[in-house]
Amino acid sequence: MVGKLFRLDVLLAVLLIFSIISIFIGVVELQPRDIFNLDEEQRNIIINSRLPRTVSIIIAGASLAVCGLIMQQLTRNKFVSPTTAGTNEWAQLGILIGLVSFPEMNMLGRLLFAALLAVAGTMLFMQIISRIKFKEIIFVPLIGLMLGGVVSSISTFIALRTNMLQAINGWMHGSFSTLVSGYYEILYISIPLFILALLYANQFTVAGMGEDFSRNLGLNYQKVLYIGLFITAVITALVVVTVGMLPFLGLIVPNIVSIFKGDHLRSTIFLTAVLGSIFVMVCDVIGRIIIYPYEISVGLTIAIIGGALFLFLIFRRAGSNA
Amino acid sequence: MINVRGVTKSFGEKKVVDDVSLSIEKGKITSMIGPNGAGKSTVISMVTRLLDKDNGDVLIEGDNLFTKPNNELAKKISILKQSNHLELKITVRELIAFGRYPYSKGRLKPEDNEFIDEAINYMELGEFEDRYIDELSGGQRQRAYIAMTIVQDTDYIFLDEPLNNLDMKHSVQIMQILRRLVREKNKTIIIVIHDINFASCYSDNIIALKDGEVAVSGTKNEVIKKSILEEIYEMEINIQCIFGHQICVYFDDQNGDGIDDDPQEYAQAFAREQVRA
Repeated sequence: MVGKLFRLDVLLAVLLIFSIISIFIGVVELQPRDIFNLDEEQRNIIINSRLPRTVSIIIAGASLAVCGLIMQQLTRNKFVSPTTAGTNEWAQLGILIGLVSFPEMNMLGRLLFAALLAVAGTMLFMQIISRIKFKEIIFVPLIGLMLGGVVSSISTFIALRTNMLQAINGWMHGSFSTLVSGYYEILYISIPLFILALLYANQFTVAGMGEDFSRNLGLNYQKVLYIGLFITAVITALVVVTVGMLPFLGLIVPNIVSIFKGDHLRSTIFLTAVLGSIFVMVCDVIGRIIIYPYEISVGLTIAIIGGALFLFLIFRRAGSNA
Repeated sequence: MINVRGVTKSFGEKKVVDDVSLSIEKGKITSMIGPNGAGKSTVISMVTRLLDKDNGDVLIEGDNLFTKPNNELAKKISILKQSNHLELKITVRELIAFGRYPYSKGRLKPEDNEFIDEAINYMELGEFEDRYIDELSGGQRQRAYIAMTIVQDTDYIFLDEPLNNLDMKHSVQIMQILRRLVREKNKTIIIVIHDINFASCYSDNIIALKDGEVAVSGTKNEVIKKSILEEIYEMEINIQCIFGHQICVYFDDQNGDGIDDDPQEYAQAFAREQVRA
């Protein structure tokens, strides 16, 4: 029974196994038995490439999945996530505008621009969906995808004019292959954001029951909404800046957890985080093995596996409504 | 005691609530009746600060409602709106625990759990407490929501059409629970209700609204009167005393002759209607 195995300790064990696999896969030969007598090159590879990569996967996967969870809770819609609200595209546009205006900008600068636009774009999305009455909740992500499409074409246009097309392609398909030490540490910023999300977990759940419901319980709905959006937009921007887009992750992982464990954030937030890490780790390992010694970017493997799971979720929902 | 003074609300050009003043007596059940669009839900939304008013004042035991901090107010009044179709998959116990939010901020203390256990027993939800709310029947879910407002432990409880979608048995059950809450816990309950017979049998006071204004307000015996109800609902209503209760009979007289219609004729007319529909 899958439900029975859906426990934090089991998931953590699975994550640990895949993390070890992740550390020992790569072009430079490295066997688990070598771990006690590493030569200089192997030590170098582990510390500067394999470990940063594995840590990045864990952080990016966990934080993006939690982003999706919070967004779904706050919009009361299971199909909303950084992918389907256009947040990714806004972050991308932000980086581009930043780089065009200040070509010498470092990672932090890019993050600032990406986060600013991601926050603004997500607010815009929330404004739009709060003004329109939808008969079908599936229209909400459609609006987000359309908005994302528009923003993305603006980015392409700017990139064409400024010869940046190749650069934005890099952020289109997330990849962990470039994350070496000295470059990935910025991802640690999402840890305090994750803690903030934990502190607000109860509030997010109350807010997820609706504005009237929150007001009845004396909760400042608008404030909680903005805090939630801020956390999700900044984390999304962070991942887009460092790794690139990881589509569907924030969508499917929280949905899978919800099927087995319900929607109370307090009991699902850790499971969602760990499952998010596992999901990205598996996709990355697959991407590294399939055409070894070359690799497929994780954005692509996630899109394929995640897209299939997304369809499954839609059909499952359609089946339960019929 | 809650006093509402000259409260007004417009949506766009349309005045939905026009200069409504009323008072709600403590320790009683007050029913709000009136035709669709009379402004009942809008009034209770404003009295429970879910909706901002355009004009007027709401005083709760002498204090202005709108200057009280939200969290304090959440310990004083609670409201359950109609159509609580939640997308969230949470268990009955988790839902009820939210009622303690104004006190616990989500970190439940032992006394919070005592409140929750008591409410679960009170509403006879023990066997469902670990079930997800979307797996419950309408009556069970409604009881779970009411349990949540009970643990919120407020003096005033507002319920917007609590009998919606419930069958007779569950409706009676809910109303008896409300009476018990008034009797045993000295709560003040205000319900918006469409079934005037439920209002007549279970409430102490009745406020009737029409076209955004208070048409009449008083004890149930003052309000459940043929002339008053006929004016409010614009239809013929006969009132009979059955087992000590004023019961309204409001079935349309098909022929308009004031004589009981032949049942067979009724059946035929009904069949014709069905075919036309």
